[in-house]
Amino acid sequence: MAVMLTPSTAPVTPARPVRDRHHRGVSRWMVLALVTLGALVMLVPFAFMLLNAFKSPGDYSSGGPLSWPTEFYTKGLRTYWTTVNFPLKLWNSALIAGSVAVLGVVVSLLNAYALGIGRVRGRLWIVGLFLLANMLPQEALIYPLYYVAKQVGLYNTQLSVIIIFTVIQSAFGTYLLASVLGTFPRSLLEAAALDGAGKWTVLWRVVFPNLRPTLAVLLIFFFIWTWNEFLIPLVMLIDNQTQTIPVALASLQGDRLMDAPTTNAGALISLVPAILFFLIFQRTLARGITAGAEK
Amino acid sequence: MAVSETVAATPPAATPTPPAPRRRRRGRNAAYWLYLLPGAALFLLVIGAPLVGTLYLSLTKWSGIGDPRWVGLDNYQQLLHDDVFWASFRNTVWMLVAMVVVPTVLGLLLAAVLFDVIGRRFKPRTAAALRAAFYLPQVLPVVVAGIVWGWILRPDGAFNSLLDAVGLGALRHDWLGDPGTALPAVMAVMIWVQIGYPVVVFMAALQRVDPELYEAAEVDGANWLHRFRAITLPQIRPETFVVALTCTIAALKVFGPIFALTRGGPDNATNVPSYFAYYTFFKKLQVGYGSAISTVLTLIIVVVAGVFIWVQASSERRDRGF
Repeated sequence: MAVMLTPSTAPVTPARPVRDRHHRGVSRWMVLALVTLGALVMLVPFAFMLLNAFKSPGDYSSGGPLSWPTEFYTKGLRTYWTTVNFPLKLWNSALIAGSVAVLGVVVSLLNAYALGIGRVRGRLWIVGLFLLANMLPQEALIYPLYYVAKQVGLYNTQLSVIIIFTVIQSAFGTYLLASVLGTFPRSLLEAAALDGAGKWTVLWRVVFPNLRPTLAVLLIFFFIWTWNEFLIPLVMLIDNQTQTIPVALASLQGDRLMDAPTTNAGALISLVPAILFFLIFQRTLARGITAGAEK
Repeated sequence: MAVSETVAATPPAATPTPPAPRRRRRGRNAAYWLYLLPGAALFLLVIGAPLVGTLYLSLTKWSGIGDPRWVGLDNYQQLLHDDVFWASFRNTVWMLVAMVVVPTVLGLLLAAVLFDVIGRRFKPRTAAALRAAFYLPQVLPVVVAGIVWGWILRPDGAFNSLLDAVGLGALRHDWLGDPGTALPAVMAVMIWVQIGYPVVVFMAALQRVDPELYEAAEVDGANWLHRFRAITLPQIRPETFVVALTCTIAALKVFGPIFALTRGGPDNATNVPSYFAYYTFFKKLQVGYGSAISTVLTLIIVVVAGVFIWVQASSERRDRGF
């Protein structure tokens, strides 16, 4: 869900000539002031985070959370970076989210090809099942998954989390792509079939190129959703070598060693990757969604 | 989810079946099953089997070691008399208020104001920037949000300092530590987390609405509120529906923020079913009981989703005049 902020594709109609008088006066400025105030309130926690991430513990205890830092203190940030071994956590998160994104898209595409283009029997039920699977609470799966992972030696490995999320994310992807492919132009498929192309060739030469924008959007969704996941990584990944960024931050939280500046520094660097992807992917997304909608 | 909403809004077109000979068609379609094979196998392994496993475990007593002992419906009977269980579902109702009702209503108003008033009477860029501010919390991992808010609301945290600074020091409080204020505090955080999602979806939806409708209404002398009720609301009903459904499911499943903010405390004041299940599984090691909680939660989600989809389908049918 993290990804709908398309850049300013916004309002279509140019401001029209002043027909309605009631909007001309102070009222529109009051509306603007109110909404801006609301937006500022939304940003206050981020401001608190920034203000305290670069404050020394002494500074914090004497001046409190609202004081302006007397020095630009980066030791909290560095402490957090080294105690949790942040680069390793970053790699774990990236490995898991990246693998899930790619594998999830491949599985979704294969499923959707059979359901949307192949129109196999009972496909409505199958699609419904996938959709339902996406809504299930993870608590309904977690214990058997945890138990079996322990039995087969996958417990505390990134692979276990990758497999699980590949399936959970592709359940949504299958639902989405199956509906998109349900409206895929039959003429294209028939033309390819006349040329003697087999199903495999049709999938990669005809369907895949046409679907690329939608697949890119899915890839990004899967990446960000998996990046932000918490329960399953919390249960499955128990040591420093395997944990993801959110789990590492949460498991340090109970630690009384974490003073307020370190907590804020930790939250701040955990937030940076999310905002970065978001900015990087924003363009792709805007294009992808439009391209998907044009079909 | 932006995509899901487009899809939900456009039911797959009924492509006429090609008049190919029947037998040939069936043979061709059968080959497509091969493509479903890997996905289906994974699905059974990771979702189907564990789901059945949980259902089975909910009928047993088990600590995770040794063999589960069959107890029939005992766990469910125990649930009915478990105050924590009922408290967790009462709190879920409050989560629905904080994650569905308030964000949807506020989101509708904000989106309409941003689109209609600010986007038009000021620059579209202003509207886009304000929208980004409302959306920002959605970008950060919920656990990070929970940890930052947990610190802000601490007795020595930023919120109390803020109260001091504006002369309301008398209101200083241990917001998350007092059973009386913990739930409202968590609800406020959830509204903050959630609000950006409806705002963005509704603003996208409003671009779909034909501007001529508004112009015609304006010529007829309808004021903003009239137009909001008569045009905006009915026109973006499909999106409202998707937002309400996805937020409802999210509220029923909420786990990360509770874990980071309060761990269900104090005194279960903020406990929710998913945290209760997690705690029962992994802290109390009552796997059977935890499975029963999870199974009940699953059933509720399935029923709620079913009702939602049924209501949507029948309202669409009504619209088409059947």
